[in-house]
Amino acid sequence: MELRKDYFADVRKDGLHEIGQARPRLDSPGHVTGKTAYFADRNFPGMLHLKMVRSPHHHARIRSIDTSEAERHPGVVKVLTAKDVPHNVYTILILIQVGPEDETVLADGKVRWKGEAVVAVLAESERAAQEAAAKVKVDYEVLPAVFDMEEALKPGAPLVNEYHGQNYYLYDSGECRKVRFGDVEAGFAGADHILEQSYQSSPIEHAPTETTGCVVAPEGNDRFTCYTNTQAMFFTLDNTSIILQMPGSKLHFVGGTVGGGFGGKVDVIVEPIAILGAKLTGRPVCFIYSREEEMQISSPRAAEKVVIKDGVMKDGRIVARKVTGYTDAGAYSRHSPYGAQKGAAHYPGPYTIPNVWIDTYCVYTNRTPSSAMRGFGVTIGDFALEVQMDKLARLIGMDPLEFRFINAYRDGDMKAHRQPTEGAALIECMQEASRAADWPVAEKYMAMSSYRKGA
Amino acid sequence: MAKVPVQFTLNGSEKAEFVESGTTLLAALRDKIGDTSPKGGCHQGTCGACSVIIDGELRLSCLTLAETCGGADIKTTAGLAEGGVLHPLQRAFLDAFATQCGFCTPGMIMAAKVLLDRTPNPSREDVVEALSGNICRCTGYEPIIQAVLLAARANSQNAA
Repeated sequence: MELRKDYFADVRKDGLHEIGQARPRLDSPGHVTGKTAYFADRNFPGMLHLKMVRSPHHHARIRSIDTSEAERHPGVVKVLTAKDVPHNVYTILILIQVGPEDETVLADGKVRWKGEAVVAVLAESERAAQEAAAKVKVDYEVLPAVFDMEEALKPGAPLVNEYHGQNYYLYDSGECRKVRFGDVEAGFAGADHILEQSYQSSPIEHAPTETTGCVVAPEGNDRFTCYTNTQAMFFTLDNTSIILQMPGSKLHFVGGTVGGGFGGKVDVIVEPIAILGAKLTGRPVCFIYSREEEMQISSPRAAEKVVIKDGVMKDGRIVARKVTGYTDAGAYSRHSPYGAQKGAAHYPGPYTIPNVWIDTYCVYTNRTPSSAMRGFGVTIGDFALEVQMDKLARLIGMDPLEFRFINAYRDGDMKAHRQPTEGAALIECMQEASRAADWPVAEKYMAMSSYRKGA
Repeated sequence: MAKVPVQFTLNGSEKAEFVESGTTLLAALRDKIGDTSPKGGCHQGTCGACSVIIDGELRLSCLTLAETCGGADIKTTAGLAEGGVLHPLQRAFLDAFATQCGFCTPGMIMAAKVLLDRTPNPSREDVVEALSGNICRCTGYEPIIQAVLLAARANSQNAA
């Protein structure tokens, strides 16, 4: 690989030697010998298997739950319902004051998405747990469901989540996260061209090869060791502490190598109920998602809709941008209010635009709750923005790369959410891309700089 | 539930266990014998993470019943290194950066070993075909293919 050191030569410290060198990965020897310990490689004598009874409906009231037949099934040790969970209603981001608590560990009175956990069965074997789970009788009254974000936002739409009271997350700024910068309508009025386009994405499942799960071992002193493949150790520890109303000192979390996560293992889903099972039975417990659960139950990347309206001048300057973003949280918040908020800051892209108006909504529907995945909140936005940039360049008959040079942010530029730009390198990156891809641009763009004034 | 005796050779040593009828070889290896190098990714024969070698053939241990393995010669990735010296495939996976999360790695190495045992100088197409039943969700396929080709080259140099 060729290293180009001419960029930032005057600010570069050159005493570093690692980049460009091949260094062995520290975890590889364990991987190639099969010695790396994943959570499920822990096995304890007398370990119980936990299986969930899940909602077959997208939205339903629970009239009654009858676990008597399941409890009599051979091998069943314990059956848990909502009343067994000390603090059953939680939300992950309450740790950073993003409430309200809006999700149940085990459904209580209502289910809001198809696949929601209702009853947990603990048995001597996976098979016994599965068979007993099939014997739990839940009487449902099916309710109208809503799956489309714009339908969910209309008056009269079925209310998905009573803890919110409306089908969107209420930010301190109101029904959406808002960015207001300059005068967007004046910008449109003075623009040579206006282009409004709508972009949509579907939920995406991470599908890690190792499914979500944990193994819990009681230590005999009311303290529990939880081997987990969570990607968010302290979120999980602290939320478990809240849900089980146990001090963190009673919870010993052991992480380690995760068999693929990609953001899909940041929710607090398996640990609290498995630890509760271990506490109530005094036995080790494993709760490991089946492949079907991993694909259908674990949080996907949110479906998003992004509507972008841009005003552009014939000389290539974008003078106004208005974006309305919708993030489909599914039935519960998890990390989506944060994801939608990230979008609000991100939608101007790495471009300096003088007039910006952004609204981003975190919307509740009766779909599988979505959560983190690789750059959630901005990845779909970037797709939309860069397709939009190509369309704008075509509209004014300009080379799409030169068009980006004209609008690229540079150090000192004020971004729409009022963070001054620092450490920008977009121009240098595009200059290198221009050479590497043999996509020549005019010399004046090759002479531009992200940080030298006037260049 | 009825237990059945099963006796086989695992990485050169004799193993004997009583398993419940219907127990998969994957469960017997991991939960009874304690060889956790085969991984359970799907338990339905689609991901390849549980791959082992039975009598020289690549097999999915999640779809193989332990009780059908009586007298078999079973090899897993845990038994590949001899006397602390890595097998050329293990060495190549290290050198070619062919591991990321590592969960698919033992199965990949098993599939690659069966290929190289039969086809010491495989083409790239042979490697792709041999690994086609093993899923890497970190999507690091290219370094894995390169690692297998690297191991094949190392083997042929040693043989020459």
